[in-house]
Amino acid sequence: MPSIAKEKLSADLPRIQAEWSEFRGQSRIKVAATSLLQVLFYFRDHAGFNQLTDLTCVDHLEMAGATDRFEVVYVLLNIDTGERLLVKTFLNEPDLKLPSATQVWIGADWLEREVYDMYGIEFEGHPNFKRLLLPDEFASFPLRKDYPQQGRGERHNFPVITRAES
Amino acid sequence: MPLELLESTSSDPSKREGLWTLNFGPQHPATHTTLRLILQLDGETVIDAEPDIGFLHSGFEKLGESLDFNQYVTIVDRMNYISPMANEIAWHHSVEALLDIELTPRCKYIRTIFAELMRIHDHLLCLGTCVLDLGGATAFMYAFNEREYIYEICERASGQRFHTSYTRVGGLLYDVTDDWVAMVRKFVKNFPKAYDDFSGLVMKNRIFIERTRDVGVLSHEDAIAGGATGPVARASGVARDLRVDEPYLAYDDFEFDICCSQAGDCYARFQVRMMEMLQSLRIIEQAIENLPSGPIFNEAYGKSGLPDKTDVYGSIEGLIHHFENIMPNRQADGPKDALYAATESPNGELGYYIVSDGSFRAYRARTRPPSLLHFALFPRMIRGCMLSDVVAVLGSINIIAAELDR
Repeated sequence: MPSIAKEKLSADLPRIQAEWSEFRGQSRIKVAATSLLQVLFYFRDHAGFNQLTDLTCVDHLEMAGATDRFEVVYVLLNIDTGERLLVKTFLNEPDLKLPSATQVWIGADWLEREVYDMYGIEFEGHPNFKRLLLPDEFASFPLRKDYPQQGRGERHNFPVITRAES
Repeated sequence: MPLELLESTSSDPSKREGLWTLNFGPQHPATHTTLRLILQLDGETVIDAEPDIGFLHSGFEKLGESLDFNQYVTIVDRMNYISPMANEIAWHHSVEALLDIELTPRCKYIRTIFAELMRIHDHLLCLGTCVLDLGGATAFMYAFNEREYIYEICERASGQRFHTSYTRVGGLLYDVTDDWVAMVRKFVKNFPKAYDDFSGLVMKNRIFIERTRDVGVLSHEDAIAGGATGPVARASGVARDLRVDEPYLAYDDFEFDICCSQAGDCYARFQVRMMEMLQSLRIIEQAIENLPSGPIFNEAYGKSGLPDKTDVYGSIEGLIHHFENIMPNRQADGPKDALYAATESPNGELGYYIVSDGSFRAYRARTRPPSLLHFALFPRMIRGCMLSDVVAVLGSINIIAAELDR
């Protein structure tokens, strides 16, 4: 099945540079950030990937031999055939912007907000773009590899509101 | 509440005339854990809801990058603490898929039995507490009586009732004993009676039906596009179950049905959960009667499997074997790659995207929690319902904040 999608993709979108790979039977495709949205729309409409199972990010700062820093991964699922496909795109500072996939799948909403919350990747065109889990005042992106596991003292410097002030 | 949050909830400013805002949570008995909803109400009708989450964010995924594959199991336990062992099984399923480890038949069967016990465990809590929230305290007691017995089964196998940390890469902490088998058999024998009691109290109860039918409807299209999985998706007519579609553990060996409904309302979600408990019981019954004998660790993967504790304390070879597997600089080389693998947890698809740099710990351990995507769909379900329905919808999608926030 993945091989069919592969040939179909290169026939239908000849100008897209896509790099395919496979690991333990799971197909992955690597595309440039500029053509990401077009590819996602294509997979939804022409390859039947009607669900976005997961969207996440990996910081490759400490990975030996890595050339790009951030890897954003879209885990797509075709509910009718059960086929999965991982779409990956790579980003580097200072240009940490991607088009939002909320117009492709509504489920991308909170997943994109979480990626922003943890990695600082901005999704353009998101209807309600802000932090999801951490407070809005939080200044860092904690899942980046250069953020210490102990934190930077945010918890200790958090403003304390006493009962009298509230 | 900060003023800007109030502003942000107004989807259409022209409609704001006469509306009022209600803060639901983060401390409210019906949220079970800490989550907050900002509700826009017209009288008692919910116009819009904005969930505000993150109160239980604990940085689990960051911890996953510094703990090895066996140590992190103590953390994943604490994500969905309603069914702890289901998280462990999901985590080690992903690790074993990444390292390409095949389990022994006995280990597969024991894990399958536990996975299904956890499904019953989770559904009983979800149903019991939601009925309690809707005003029926009796059924809750029946549900918790059965849960107590499942805790005892967990305790007998692992020494822990709640946070069991029972699975290991390629195996289990301890093998199960004959009296554990007897306990599971006793559960299989006694559960149908408790199920009938519970079902009779709840599923035909007119008040319960009126509180849940046609409430919080999730359409088939929204369920697919929104990433709903598990009972929530199956109640909206998405006939997908990873146990059948991507068989893992020993599910291929058993006969069971996928439970679905077309209605997509709260009552349908409860029905699906009720039916699933019976199917889980069928699986447990088949598995416990055909439990294979043999080792729980695969000998071929001795490098990644831990030796039996009696060997560790009783022989020098066992001690060296244990040492070789525990010391970080001695552990097996893994692939330098990444993999997404998922299991069907009671709440839906629980997946882990693991990036490995070749060591025995994850470079990135992403959890795909089912609660997160279900709760994101909550505003779509609640719009147009009454304020009192919020509790019913929250209960029916079984939001576990520890898993939601991680």
